Amino acid sequence: MSLLEAALRAASVLAAFLVLPLLVGQAEHKVMAHMQGRLGPMYAGGFHGWAQLVADGVKFVQKEDITPRAADRWVFRLAPAVALIPYLLAMATIPIHPGVAAVDVPGSLVLVLAATSVGALGTLMAGWASANKYALLGGLRAAAQLVSYELPIVLALASIAMAGGSLSLMALTQAWSPWWLLWQLPGGLVFLVAACAELQRPPFDMPVADAELVMGAWTEYTGLRFAFFLLAEYAGIVVMSLLFAVLWLGGWHGPFEGTLGWLWTLLKGFGVAVLVIWVRVAWPRLREDQLQRLAWLWLVPIALAQLLLTGAGVVMGW
Amino acid sequence: MRPLPGILKGLITTARTALRPTHTAEYPDVAPELPPRSRGVIALLEENCTSCMLCARECPDWCIYIDSHKETIPATTEGGRDRQRNVLDRFAIDFSLCMYCGICIEVCPFDALHWSPQFEYAEVDLLDLLHEKDRLGGWMASVPPPPALDEKAAEPAEIAAANRPARGAGLAGGAGGAGGSGPRMPRTVRPRAAGSPRPDAGSPPPDAGSPPPDAGEASP
Repeated sequence: MSLLEAALRAASVLAAFLVLPLLVGQAEHKVMAHMQGRLGPMYAGGFHGWAQLVADGVKFVQKEDITPRAADRWVFRLAPAVALIPYLLAMATIPIHPGVAAVDVPGSLVLVLAATSVGALGTLMAGWASANKYALLGGLRAAAQLVSYELPIVLALASIAMAGGSLSLMALTQAWSPWWLLWQLPGGLVFLVAACAELQRPPFDMPVADAELVMGAWTEYTGLRFAFFLLAEYAGIVVMSLLFAVLWLGGWHGPFEGTLGWLWTLLKGFGVAVLVIWVRVAWPRLREDQLQRLAWLWLVPIALAQLLLTGAGVVMGW
Repeated sequence: MRPLPGILKGLITTARTALRPTHTAEYPDVAPELPPRSRGVIALLEENCTSCMLCARECPDWCIYIDSHKETIPATTEGGRDRQRNVLDRFAIDFSLCMYCGICIEVCPFDALHWSPQFEYAEVDLLDLLHEKDRLGGWMASVPPPPALDEKAAEPAEIAAANRPARGAGLAGGAGGAGGSGPRMPRTVRPRAAGSPRPDAGSPPPDAGSPPPDAGEASP
Protein backbone atom coordinates (compact mmCIF):
# COMPACT_ATOMS: atom_id res chain seq x y z
CA MET A 1 0.00 0.00 0.00
CA SER A 2 1.50 3.25 -1.09
CA LEU A 3 1.54 6.31 1.12
CA LEU A 4 -0.99 8.08 -1.09
CA GLU A 5 -3.40 5.18 -0.91
CA ALA A 6 -3.05 5.01 2.86
CA ALA A 7 -3.77 8.73 3.12
CA LEU A 8 -6.79 8.38 0.84
CA ARG A 9 -8.20 5.51 2.89
CA ALA A 10 -7.64 7.39 6.12
CA ALA A 11 -9.34 10.48 4.70
CA SER A 12 -12.32 8.48 3.48
CA VAL A 13 -12.77 6.85 6.88
CA LEU A 14 -12.52 10.25 8.54
CA ALA A 15 -15.14 11.63 6.16
CA ALA A 16 -17.46 8.70 6.87
CA PHE A 17 -16.77 9.16 10.57
CA LEU A 18 -17.82 12.80 10.39
CA VAL A 19 -20.81 12.39 8.07
CA LEU A 20 -22.51 9.14 9.06
CA PRO A 21 -23.02 9.99 12.76
CA LEU A 22 -24.54 13.32 11.73
CA LEU A 23 -26.85 11.45 9.38
CA VAL A 24 -27.90 9.13 12.17
CA GLY A 25 -28.28 12.05 14.55
CA GLN A 26 -30.51 13.93 12.15
CA ALA A 27 -32.50 10.76 11.55
CA GLU A 28 -32.90 10.46 15.29
CA HIS A 29 -34.19 14.04 15.53
CA LYS A 30 -36.75 13.44 12.84
CA VAL A 31 -37.77 9.84 13.51
CA MET A 32 -38.10 10.51 17.22
CA ALA A 33 -40.15 13.63 16.56
CA HIS A 34 -42.58 11.92 14.24
CA MET A 35 -42.92 8.95 16.56
CA GLN A 36 -44.00 11.41 19.22
CA GLY A 37 -46.36 13.29 16.90
CA ARG A 38 -43.99 16.28 16.59
CA LEU A 39 -42.09 17.82 13.71
CA GLY A 40 -38.58 18.01 15.12
CA PRO A 41 -36.12 20.73 14.09
CA MET A 42 -37.51 22.79 11.21
CA TYR A 43 -35.50 26.01 10.98
CA ALA A 44 -31.75 25.42 10.67
CA GLY A 45 -30.75 25.06 7.04
CA GLY A 46 -34.09 25.69 5.42
CA PHE A 47 -35.39 22.30 4.37
CA HIS A 48 -36.79 20.53 7.45
CA GLY A 49 -33.90 21.64 9.61
CA TRP A 50 -31.31 19.47 7.90
CA ALA A 51 -28.48 21.63 9.28
CA GLN A 52 -29.60 21.37 12.89
CA LEU A 53 -26.65 19.23 14.00
CA VAL A 54 -24.18 21.46 12.16
CA ALA A 55 -25.67 24.43 14.00
CA ASP A 56 -25.41 22.49 17.26
CA GLY A 57 -21.77 21.82 16.50
CA VAL A 58 -21.11 25.52 15.90
CA LYS A 59 -22.81 26.28 19.19
CA PHE A 60 -20.74 23.69 21.06
CA VAL A 61 -17.52 25.14 19.64
CA GLN A 62 -18.42 28.57 20.99
CA LYS A 63 -18.94 27.34 24.53
CA GLU A 64 -16.32 27.64 27.23
CA ASP A 65 -14.19 24.58 27.91
CA ILE A 66 -14.22 24.10 31.68
CA THR A 67 -12.16 21.67 33.73
CA PRO A 68 -13.23 21.57 37.38
CA ARG A 69 -10.42 22.42 39.79
CA ALA A 70 -10.85 19.21 41.77
CA ALA A 71 -10.95 17.07 38.64
CA ASP A 72 -8.22 14.63 37.72
CA ARG A 73 -7.06 16.96 35.01
CA TRP A 74 -5.53 14.70 32.39
CA VAL A 75 -7.95 11.83 32.76
CA PHE A 76 -10.80 14.31 32.58
CA ARG A 77 -9.54 15.90 29.40
CA LEU A 78 -8.60 12.63 27.73
CA ALA A 79 -11.92 10.91 28.38
CA PRO A 80 -13.80 12.28 25.34
CA ALA A 81 -11.00 11.20 23.05
CA VAL A 82 -10.95 7.73 24.61
CA ALA A 83 -14.68 7.53 23.98
CA LEU A 84 -14.46 8.77 20.41
CA ILE A 85 -11.28 7.45 18.76
CA PRO A 86 -11.98 3.70 19.17
CA TYR A 87 -15.10 4.03 17.05
CA LEU A 88 -12.99 5.63 14.33
CA LEU A 89 -10.69 2.60 14.46
CA ALA A 90 -13.62 0.23 14.39
CA MET A 91 -15.18 2.01 11.46
CA ALA A 92 -11.99 1.65 9.49
CA THR A 93 -12.18 -2.14 9.54
CA ILE A 94 -15.83 -2.61 8.60
CA PRO A 95 -16.16 -3.86 5.02
CA ILE A 96 -18.86 -2.21 2.96
CA HIS A 97 -18.15 -3.95 -0.34
CA PRO A 98 -16.17 -7.04 -1.42
CA GLY A 99 -12.61 -5.93 -0.98
CA VAL A 100 -13.52 -2.43 0.19
CA ALA A 101 -12.65 -1.60 3.77
CA ALA A 102 -10.21 1.06 4.83
CA VAL A 103 -8.14 -1.53 6.65
CA ASP A 104 -8.61 -5.19 5.85
CA VAL A 105 -6.80 -7.11 8.56
CA PRO A 106 -7.15 -10.84 9.23
CA GLY A 107 -8.46 -10.45 12.79
CA SER A 108 -10.74 -7.46 12.20
CA LEU A 109 -13.56 -8.97 14.27
CA VAL A 110 -11.32 -9.06 17.33
CA LEU A 111 -10.11 -5.56 16.55
CA VAL A 112 -13.66 -4.17 16.36
CA LEU A 113 -14.57 -5.97 19.56
CA ALA A 114 -11.57 -4.53 21.39
CA ALA A 115 -12.15 -1.03 20.02
CA THR A 116 -15.81 -0.85 20.98
CA SER A 117 -15.05 -2.01 24.51
CA VAL A 118 -12.50 0.75 24.89
CA GLY A 119 -15.16 3.24 23.82
CA ALA A 120 -17.24 2.55 26.88
CA LEU A 121 -14.14 3.09 29.01
CA GLY A 122 -14.34 6.79 28.13
CA THR A 123 -17.52 7.10 30.19
CA LEU A 124 -15.81 5.35 33.07
CA MET A 125 -12.84 7.73 32.92
CA ALA A 126 -15.10 10.77 32.72
CA GLY A 127 -17.17 9.59 35.67
CA TRP A 128 -14.16 8.92 37.84
CA ALA A 129 -12.19 12.05 36.97
CA SER A 130 -15.00 14.60 37.29
CA ALA A 131 -14.87 14.93 41.08
CA ASN A 132 -18.64 15.00 41.19
CA LYS A 133 -20.92 12.52 42.89
CA TYR A 134 -23.38 12.38 40.03
CA ALA A 135 -20.58 11.73 37.57
CA LEU A 136 -19.10 9.11 39.89
CA LEU A 137 -22.44 7.31 40.18
CA GLY A 138 -22.78 7.46 36.43
CA GLY A 139 -19.28 6.06 36.06
CA LEU A 140 -19.99 3.21 38.46
CA ARG A 141 -23.15 2.35 36.59
CA ALA A 142 -21.24 2.51 33.31
CA ALA A 143 -18.65 0.11 34.73
CA ALA A 144 -21.34 -2.32 35.84
CA GLN A 145 -22.96 -2.09 32.43
CA LEU A 146 -19.62 -2.57 30.68
CA VAL A 147 -18.90 -5.74 32.64
CA SER A 148 -22.38 -7.16 32.09
CA TYR A 149 -22.85 -6.47 28.43
CA GLU A 150 -19.41 -7.19 27.03
CA LEU A 151 -20.04 -10.87 27.56
CA PRO A 152 -23.22 -11.23 25.44
CA ILE A 153 -21.57 -9.24 22.65
CA VAL A 154 -18.48 -11.44 22.67
CA LEU A 155 -20.56 -14.62 22.76
CA ALA A 156 -22.83 -13.48 19.94
CA LEU A 157 -19.87 -12.52 17.77
CA ALA A 158 -18.11 -15.78 18.64
CA SER A 159 -21.08 -17.66 17.29
CA ILE A 160 -20.89 -15.76 14.03
CA ALA A 161 -17.14 -16.33 13.83
CA MET A 162 -17.73 -20.06 14.30
CA ALA A 163 -20.40 -20.13 11.65
CA GLY A 164 -18.23 -18.34 9.11
CA GLY A 165 -15.04 -20.04 10.19
CA SER A 166 -13.00 -16.86 10.29
CA LEU A 167 -12.12 -13.84 12.42
CA SER A 168 -12.03 -11.45 9.47
CA LEU A 169 -15.15 -9.36 8.89
CA MET A 170 -14.54 -9.51 5.15
CA ALA A 171 -14.36 -13.30 5.12
CA LEU A 172 -17.37 -13.60 7.41
CA THR A 173 -19.51 -11.44 5.15
CA GLN A 174 -18.40 -13.42 2.13
CA ALA A 175 -19.37 -16.62 3.93
CA TRP A 176 -22.79 -15.23 4.82
CA SER A 177 -25.86 -16.94 3.42
CA PRO A 178 -29.55 -16.05 3.84
CA TRP A 179 -29.93 -19.18 5.97
CA TRP A 180 -28.02 -17.29 8.68
CA LEU A 181 -30.98 -14.93 9.09
CA LEU A 182 -32.80 -17.75 10.82
CA TRP A 183 -29.90 -19.76 12.18
CA GLN A 184 -28.14 -16.81 13.84
CA LEU A 185 -31.26 -14.88 14.79
CA PRO A 186 -31.10 -15.41 18.60
CA GLY A 187 -27.48 -14.29 18.65
CA GLY A 188 -28.39 -11.31 16.50
CA LEU A 189 -31.10 -10.19 18.93
CA VAL A 190 -28.70 -10.60 21.83
CA PHE A 191 -26.15 -8.51 19.95
CA LEU A 192 -28.67 -5.74 19.24
CA VAL A 193 -29.76 -5.47 22.86
CA ALA A 194 -26.21 -5.63 24.16
CA ALA A 195 -25.02 -3.08 21.61
CA CYS A 196 -27.70 -0.64 22.78
CA ALA A 197 -26.51 -1.14 26.33
CA GLU A 198 -22.87 -0.80 25.34
CA LEU A 199 -23.66 2.58 23.78
CA GLN A 200 -25.59 3.61 26.90
CA ARG A 201 -28.62 4.42 24.80
CA PRO A 202 -32.14 4.37 26.15
CA PRO A 203 -33.56 2.08 27.46
CA PHE A 204 -30.10 1.34 28.86
CA ASP A 205 -28.99 4.89 29.64
CA MET A 206 -28.75 4.51 33.41
CA PRO A 207 -25.20 5.91 33.47
CA VAL A 208 -26.49 9.07 31.78
CA ALA A 209 -29.94 9.19 33.43
CA ASP A 210 -30.47 12.86 32.75
CA ALA A 211 -33.38 13.00 35.19
CA GLU A 212 -31.71 11.56 38.28
CA LEU A 213 -27.97 11.84 37.63
CA VAL A 214 -28.01 15.03 35.56
CA MET A 215 -26.22 13.42 32.59
CA GLY A 216 -24.15 11.21 34.88
CA ALA A 217 -20.56 10.90 33.77
CA TRP A 218 -20.92 13.92 31.50
CA THR A 219 -22.18 16.28 34.18
CA GLU A 220 -19.02 18.37 34.32
CA TYR A 221 -18.35 18.44 30.58
CA THR A 222 -18.93 21.55 28.54
CA GLY A 223 -18.57 22.71 24.99
CA LEU A 224 -16.62 20.67 22.54
CA ARG A 225 -15.72 17.87 24.95
CA PHE A 226 -19.40 17.29 25.67
CA ALA A 227 -20.05 17.31 21.93
CA PHE A 228 -17.36 14.64 21.50
CA PHE A 229 -19.22 12.38 23.89
CA LEU A 230 -22.40 12.88 21.90
CA LEU A 231 -20.53 12.26 18.67
CA ALA A 232 -19.05 9.11 20.19
CA GLU A 233 -22.54 7.86 20.95
CA TYR A 234 -23.68 8.40 17.37
CA ALA A 235 -20.47 7.03 15.91
CA GLY A 236 -21.08 4.02 18.15
CA ILE A 237 -24.53 3.59 16.68
CA VAL A 238 -23.02 3.70 13.20
CA VAL A 239 -20.37 1.13 14.06
CA MET A 240 -22.77 -1.25 15.80
CA SER A 241 -25.40 -0.90 13.07
CA LEU A 242 -22.88 -1.53 10.31
CA LEU A 243 -21.48 -4.45 12.26
CA PHE A 244 -24.94 -5.94 12.59
CA ALA A 245 -25.69 -5.25 8.92
CA VAL A 246 -22.43 -6.85 7.80
CA LEU A 247 -22.48 -9.92 10.04
CA TRP A 248 -26.15 -10.79 10.44
CA LEU A 249 -27.82 -9.16 7.45
CA GLY A 250 -25.16 -10.04 4.93
CA GLY A 251 -23.67 -6.66 4.08
CA TRP A 252 -23.63 -6.21 0.34
CA HIS A 253 -25.56 -9.44 -0.35
CA GLY A 254 -29.03 -8.91 -1.72
CA PRO A 255 -30.94 -8.24 -4.90
CA PHE A 256 -29.12 -6.09 -7.50
CA GLU A 257 -25.90 -6.97 -5.72
CA GLY A 258 -23.81 -5.91 -8.67
CA THR A 259 -25.21 -2.40 -8.98
CA LEU A 260 -26.05 -1.49 -5.38
CA GLY A 261 -23.09 -3.13 -3.67
CA TRP A 262 -21.76 -0.87 -0.94
CA LEU A 263 -25.08 1.01 -0.89
CA TRP A 264 -26.73 -2.21 0.31
CA THR A 265 -24.42 -2.28 3.32
CA LEU A 266 -25.10 1.34 4.16
CA LEU A 267 -28.85 0.95 3.70
CA LYS A 268 -28.98 -2.09 5.95
CA GLY A 269 -26.85 -0.29 8.51
CA PHE A 270 -29.13 2.73 8.38
CA GLY A 271 -32.14 0.47 8.87
CA VAL A 272 -30.57 -0.99 12.00
CA ALA A 273 -29.77 2.52 13.22
CA VAL A 274 -33.43 3.48 12.79
CA LEU A 275 -34.32 0.40 14.82
CA VAL A 276 -31.98 1.56 17.59
CA ILE A 277 -33.69 4.97 17.53
CA TRP A 278 -37.12 3.36 17.48
CA VAL A 279 -36.30 1.33 20.57
CA ARG A 280 -35.25 4.50 22.31
CA VAL A 281 -38.58 6.18 21.62
CA ALA A 282 -40.76 3.21 22.45
CA TRP A 283 -39.38 1.95 25.73
CA PRO A 284 -38.76 3.53 29.11
CA ARG A 285 -35.42 3.34 30.89
CA LEU A 286 -34.72 0.12 32.76
CA ARG A 287 -33.95 0.06 36.46
CA GLU A 288 -30.37 -0.75 37.43
CA ASP A 289 -31.26 -4.20 38.80
CA GLN A 290 -33.41 -4.95 35.75
CA LEU A 291 -30.39 -4.16 33.61
CA GLN A 292 -28.26 -6.76 35.38
CA ARG A 293 -31.08 -9.27 35.40
CA LEU A 294 -31.61 -8.92 31.67
CA ALA A 295 -27.91 -9.35 30.96
CA TRP A 296 -27.20 -12.35 33.13
CA LEU A 297 -30.50 -14.23 33.10
CA TRP A 298 -31.50 -13.69 29.49
CA LEU A 299 -28.78 -12.46 27.18
CA VAL A 300 -25.90 -14.62 28.38
CA PRO A 301 -27.91 -17.89 28.41
CA ILE A 302 -29.40 -17.12 24.99
CA ALA A 303 -25.98 -16.31 23.62
CA LEU A 304 -24.57 -19.53 25.07
CA ALA A 305 -27.44 -21.51 23.57
CA GLN A 306 -26.75 -19.83 20.24
CA LEU A 307 -23.11 -20.81 20.54
CA LEU A 308 -24.20 -24.41 21.16
CA LEU A 309 -26.53 -24.32 18.18
CA THR A 310 -23.87 -22.84 15.94
CA GLY A 311 -21.38 -25.45 17.11
CA ALA A 312 -23.83 -28.21 16.28
CA GLY A 313 -24.52 -26.62 12.93
CA VAL A 314 -20.85 -26.33 12.05
CA VAL A 315 -20.09 -29.93 13.09
CA MET A 316 -23.08 -31.31 11.21
CA GLY A 317 -22.17 -29.21 8.21
CA TRP A 318 -25.52 -27.41 7.76
CA MET B 1 -41.21 -13.54 28.49
CA ARG B 2 -43.96 -11.84 30.49
CA PRO B 3 -43.13 -8.23 29.40
CA LEU B 4 -42.92 -9.16 25.72
CA PRO B 5 -46.47 -8.13 24.68
CA GLY B 6 -46.01 -4.76 26.32
CA ILE B 7 -42.69 -4.24 24.59
CA LEU B 8 -44.18 -5.01 21.20
CA LYS B 9 -47.15 -2.76 21.94
CA GLY B 10 -44.77 0.13 22.59
CA LEU B 11 -43.06 -0.42 19.27
CA ILE B 12 -46.36 -0.62 17.41
CA THR B 13 -47.73 2.50 19.06
CA THR B 14 -44.70 4.61 18.18
CA ALA B 15 -44.60 3.25 14.63
CA ARG B 16 -48.25 4.06 14.14
CA THR B 17 -47.76 7.58 15.46
CA ALA B 18 -44.84 8.05 13.10
CA LEU B 19 -47.00 7.19 10.12
CA ARG B 20 -49.80 9.56 11.08
CA PRO B 21 -49.57 13.28 10.33
CA THR B 22 -48.15 15.30 13.18
CA HIS B 23 -50.33 17.62 15.21
CA THR B 24 -47.73 20.24 15.95
CA ALA B 25 -49.11 23.76 16.24
CA GLU B 26 -46.56 25.86 14.39
CA TYR B 27 -47.32 28.81 16.56
CA PRO B 28 -45.17 31.76 15.51
CA ASP B 29 -45.77 30.94 11.84
CA VAL B 30 -49.40 29.97 12.13
CA ALA B 31 -51.72 31.89 14.40
CA PRO B 32 -53.33 29.67 17.02
CA GLU B 33 -57.04 29.07 16.97
CA LEU B 34 -58.15 30.42 20.30
CA PRO B 35 -61.38 29.31 21.91
CA PRO B 36 -64.07 31.95 22.31
CA ARG B 37 -63.76 33.94 25.54
CA SER B 38 -60.00 33.51 25.56
CA ARG B 39 -58.29 35.54 28.24
CA GLY B 40 -55.50 37.43 26.55
CA VAL B 41 -55.36 41.00 27.70
CA ILE B 42 -57.86 43.35 29.30
CA ALA B 43 -59.13 46.18 27.11
CA LEU B 44 -60.58 49.43 28.36
CA LEU B 45 -63.44 51.31 26.74
CA GLU B 46 -62.70 54.66 28.25
CA GLU B 47 -66.02 56.36 27.43
CA ASN B 48 -67.85 53.80 29.56
CA CYS B 49 -65.65 54.21 32.62
CA THR B 50 -67.08 56.30 35.45
CA SER B 51 -64.03 55.87 37.70
CA CYS B 52 -66.28 54.09 40.15
CA MET B 53 -63.29 52.11 41.42
CA LEU B 54 -65.23 48.86 41.67
CA CYS B 55 -62.70 47.03 39.53
CA ALA B 56 -59.75 48.38 41.47
CA ARG B 57 -61.32 47.42 44.78
CA GLU B 58 -62.30 43.93 43.71
CA CYS B 59 -58.94 43.16 42.11
CA PRO B 60 -57.27 40.44 44.25
CA ASP B 61 -53.81 41.53 43.15
CA TRP B 62 -54.39 45.24 43.36
CA CYS B 63 -52.96 45.69 39.93
CA ILE B 64 -55.40 48.38 38.72
CA TYR B 65 -54.53 52.03 39.23
CA ILE B 66 -57.22 54.67 38.82
CA ASP B 67 -56.84 58.41 39.26
CA SER B 68 -59.72 60.77 38.61
CA HIS B 69 -60.95 64.22 39.48
CA LYS B 70 -64.41 65.72 39.76
CA GLU B 71 -65.62 68.35 37.35
CA THR B 72 -68.60 70.54 37.99
CA ILE B 73 -71.24 70.77 35.29
CA PRO B 74 -73.17 74.00 35.69
CA ALA B 75 -76.91 73.67 36.06
CA THR B 76 -78.78 73.90 32.77
CA THR B 77 -81.89 75.47 34.25
CA GLU B 78 -82.17 78.64 36.24
CA GLY B 79 -81.87 78.01 39.96
CA GLY B 80 -80.96 74.37 39.41
CA ARG B 81 -78.20 72.58 41.20
CA ASP B 82 -74.76 72.15 39.67
CA ARG B 83 -73.85 68.57 38.97
CA GLN B 84 -70.53 66.85 39.38
CA ARG B 85 -69.06 64.10 37.28
CA ASN B 86 -65.87 62.09 37.48
CA VAL B 87 -63.22 62.52 34.83
CA LEU B 88 -60.75 59.69 34.41
CA ASP B 89 -57.13 60.85 34.58
CA ARG B 90 -55.34 57.56 34.73
CA PHE B 91 -56.36 53.97 34.27
CA ALA B 92 -53.55 51.43 34.30
CA ILE B 93 -53.31 47.69 34.73
CA ASP B 94 -50.04 46.13 35.76
CA PHE B 95 -49.97 42.87 33.83
CA SER B 96 -46.91 41.71 35.73
CA LEU B 97 -49.21 41.42 38.76
CA CYS B 98 -52.47 40.51 37.05
CA MET B 99 -53.57 36.91 37.48
CA TYR B 100 -56.21 37.07 34.75
CA CYS B 101 -59.06 36.17 37.08
CA GLY B 102 -61.38 38.49 35.17
CA ILE B 103 -63.10 39.76 38.30
CA CYS B 104 -62.65 43.39 37.23
CA ILE B 105 -64.45 42.64 34.00
CA GLU B 106 -67.24 40.84 35.84
CA VAL B 107 -67.84 43.61 38.32
CA CYS B 108 -67.68 46.55 35.92
CA PRO B 109 -71.28 47.80 35.83
CA PHE B 110 -70.76 49.84 32.68
CA ASP B 111 -69.01 47.38 30.39
CA ALA B 112 -65.86 49.45 30.35
CA LEU B 113 -63.54 46.42 30.62
CA HIS B 114 -63.42 43.57 28.13
CA TRP B 115 -61.37 40.47 27.46
CA SER B 116 -59.31 40.69 24.30
CA PRO B 117 -57.81 37.48 22.90
CA GLN B 118 -54.50 39.21 22.12
CA PHE B 119 -51.85 37.47 24.20
CA GLU B 120 -48.59 38.45 22.53
CA TYR B 121 -47.55 41.41 24.59
CA ALA B 122 -44.52 40.00 26.35
CA GLU B 123 -41.89 42.59 27.19
CA VAL B 124 -38.19 42.52 27.87
CA ASP B 125 -38.60 44.85 30.83
CA LEU B 126 -41.07 43.98 33.58
CA LEU B 127 -41.98 47.65 33.98
CA ASP B 128 -43.26 47.77 30.41
CA LEU B 129 -46.07 45.43 31.38
CA LEU B 130 -47.82 48.35 33.07
CA HIS B 131 -50.37 49.27 30.42
CA GLU B 132 -51.65 52.82 30.67
CA LYS B 133 -55.02 54.15 29.55
CA ASP B 134 -54.20 54.61 25.87
CA ARG B 135 -52.61 51.17 25.53
CA LEU B 136 -55.54 49.51 27.27
CA GLY B 137 -57.83 51.44 24.97
CA GLY B 138 -55.88 50.22 21.97
CA TRP B 139 -56.74 46.62 22.81
CA MET B 140 -60.44 47.45 22.31
CA ALA B 141 -60.00 47.03 18.56
CA SER B 142 -59.27 43.35 19.03
CA VAL B 143 -62.21 42.59 21.32
CA PRO B 144 -64.53 40.19 19.49
CA PRO B 145 -68.24 40.97 19.33
CA PRO B 146 -70.17 39.33 22.14
CA PRO B 147 -71.58 35.91 21.31
CA ALA B 148 -75.19 35.79 20.25
CA LEU B 149 -77.75 34.91 22.89
CA ASP B 150 -79.30 31.47 23.00
CA GLU B 151 -82.42 31.14 20.94
CA LYS B 152 -84.66 30.60 23.94
CA ALA B 153 -82.92 33.11 26.16
CA ALA B 154 -84.74 36.02 27.70
CA GLU B 155 -84.28 39.40 26.07
CA PRO B 156 -81.42 41.51 27.30
CA ALA B 157 -82.53 43.92 30.00
CA GLU B 158 -82.10 47.03 27.89
CA ILE B 159 -84.21 45.70 25.07
CA ALA B 160 -86.91 44.48 27.44
CA ALA B 161 -87.02 47.89 29.05
CA ALA B 162 -87.20 49.67 25.70
CA ASN B 163 -89.99 47.43 24.45
CA ARG B 164 -92.06 47.83 27.57
CA PRO B 165 -95.35 49.61 26.90
CA ALA B 166 -95.63 53.12 28.21
CA ARG B 167 -97.11 53.75 31.61
CA GLY B 168 -100.86 53.44 31.66
CA ALA B 169 -100.98 52.06 28.15
CA GLY B 170 -101.28 48.55 29.57
CA LEU B 171 -104.71 49.23 31.06
CA ALA B 172 -106.04 50.46 27.77
CA GLY B 173 -104.56 47.49 25.95
CA GLY B 174 -106.09 45.10 28.44
CA ALA B 175 -109.50 46.60 27.90
CA GLY B 176 -109.21 46.04 24.18
CA GLY B 177 -109.04 42.29 24.80
CA ALA B 178 -106.06 41.40 22.62
CA GLY B 179 -106.14 37.70 21.66
CA GLY B 180 -104.35 35.14 23.80
CA SER B 181 -103.03 37.48 26.47
CA GLY B 182 -106.54 38.23 27.59
CA PRO B 183 -106.62 38.04 31.36
CA ARG B 184 -102.91 38.75 31.88
CA MET B 185 -102.16 42.29 32.79
CA PRO B 186 -98.88 43.53 31.42
CA ARG B 187 -96.62 44.56 34.20
CA THR B 188 -96.17 48.27 33.92
CA VAL B 189 -95.10 49.15 37.42
CA ARG B 190 -91.70 48.36 38.75
CA PRO B 191 -91.82 46.40 41.96
CA ARG B 192 -89.82 48.97 43.84
CA ALA B 193 -91.48 52.19 42.71
CA ALA B 194 -94.93 51.67 44.27
CA GLY B 195 -95.63 55.40 44.09
CA SER B 196 -94.45 56.00 47.67
CA PRO B 197 -91.48 58.24 48.40
CA ARG B 198 -88.22 56.31 48.80
CA PRO B 199 -86.78 56.16 52.26
CA ASP B 200 -83.55 57.85 51.17
CA ALA B 201 -85.21 60.55 49.10
CA GLY B 202 -84.26 63.25 51.54
CA SER B 203 -80.66 62.25 51.98
CA PRO B 204 -77.94 63.89 49.88
CA PRO B 205 -77.31 62.22 46.49
CA PRO B 206 -74.92 59.27 46.61
CA ASP B 207 -71.36 59.52 45.40
CA ALA B 208 -71.42 60.38 41.76
CA GLY B 209 -68.99 57.59 41.08
CA SER B 210 -71.20 54.80 42.32
CA PRO B 211 -73.70 53.27 39.93
CA PRO B 212 -77.24 54.59 39.95
CA PRO B 213 -79.44 52.41 42.15
CA ASP B 214 -81.40 50.73 39.39
CA ALA B 215 -78.69 50.52 36.76
CA GLY B 216 -78.00 46.92 37.67
CA GLU B 217 -81.55 45.73 37.29
CA ALA B 218 -80.84 42.84 35.00
CA SER B 219 -83.74 40.42 35.04
CA PRO B 220 -86.94 41.56 33.48
